[in-house]
Amino acid sequence: MARTAPVVLDSGSVTPPALESPLVLEHPHPSIGIDNRKLLMWAFLASDCMFFGTLIATYMVYKNRSVVPPFPRETFDVPYTSVSAFVLLLSSLTMVLALASIQRGEERRMRVWLSATALLGCVFLGGQFYEFTTFYRDGLTLSTNLFGSTFFTLTGFHGTHVAIGVFWLLSLVVHSFRGRLHQEHSLFVEIAVLYWHFVDIVWILIFTLVYLIPD
Amino acid sequence: MSHGEQHLTHDGGGHAEPLEHAHPGARTYTIIGVILAIFTLAEVWAYTFEPLRPLLVPVLLVLSACKFAMVVGFYMHLRFDHPLFTGVFGFGLAVAASVITALLFLFHQYPLPHVE
Repeated sequence: MARTAPVVLDSGSVTPPALESPLVLEHPHPSIGIDNRKLLMWAFLASDCMFFGTLIATYMVYKNRSVVPPFPRETFDVPYTSVSAFVLLLSSLTMVLALASIQRGEERRMRVWLSATALLGCVFLGGQFYEFTTFYRDGLTLSTNLFGSTFFTLTGFHGTHVAIGVFWLLSLVVHSFRGRLHQEHSLFVEIAVLYWHFVDIVWILIFTLVYLIPD
Repeated sequence: MSHGEQHLTHDGGGHAEPLEHAHPGARTYTIIGVILAIFTLAEVWAYTFEPLRPLLVPVLLVLSACKFAMVVGFYMHLRFDHPLFTGVFGFGLAVAASVITALLFLFHQYPLPHVE
């Protein structure tokens, strides 16, 4: 029986070769040629989109409904937050450079870029911690008014995402130092890259909708 | 997945056509990073530029949408990856945008009393 060569897809799965007789493989399992782990991460990011969508919607719905000060306009320090936004944007660049490095097989350079990304993430978190403590000293807490509740919930969850991302990046660096992360494992870095950029695009929206758009 | 590899879809007849394309390199990433930084600067400038106040909201929304699209398209590779990823993420994004729009419309039509 003549067979054609099997087609190897990027996920390592092998599709069945085309056969002359349909009796041999009645129920083949077709593959769409994408890695399930990457698809899973995209599905998670889609669900996280909805999560942050509801938080942003809640903030915007309750905007200007606080009757007790402090109010957003007198609380935010936009130049300071702009620097934080720059730091997170810069971390996106270093993150994608880490991916480009491991895809070229440059593991040492990848570790440098990953470490730089984690460091920038820590700088962002430090900035957020400073901002939160400043707001707290100014009398804004989670239970002060609607602005405090919605603002701290939204930015707090985003900060938690950044913190998880930092731990993830550091674990990749450790794996690389132990010799467990090579060019053929670049998918693991790519999935972390997707997560990190998602955190960045959420901040792009928060920065505009929460900090810049006037009351 | 190796860099520059083209991914194939199999139509059962032995014919394969590319659905994904090579990811951009470090130079493209850096250029995108510079553009994103410029857009962020433009946002802050628009915020502080008083004559632009009537147009501030649409200007900020457009700049923000451009930054969002550039990060998703180039840094997250949606522009180059399998269209299924765009569909999955686009669905979540559409639901989120619908929730925000619907709630804003609803609370605009039926505002809450200013009581805490």
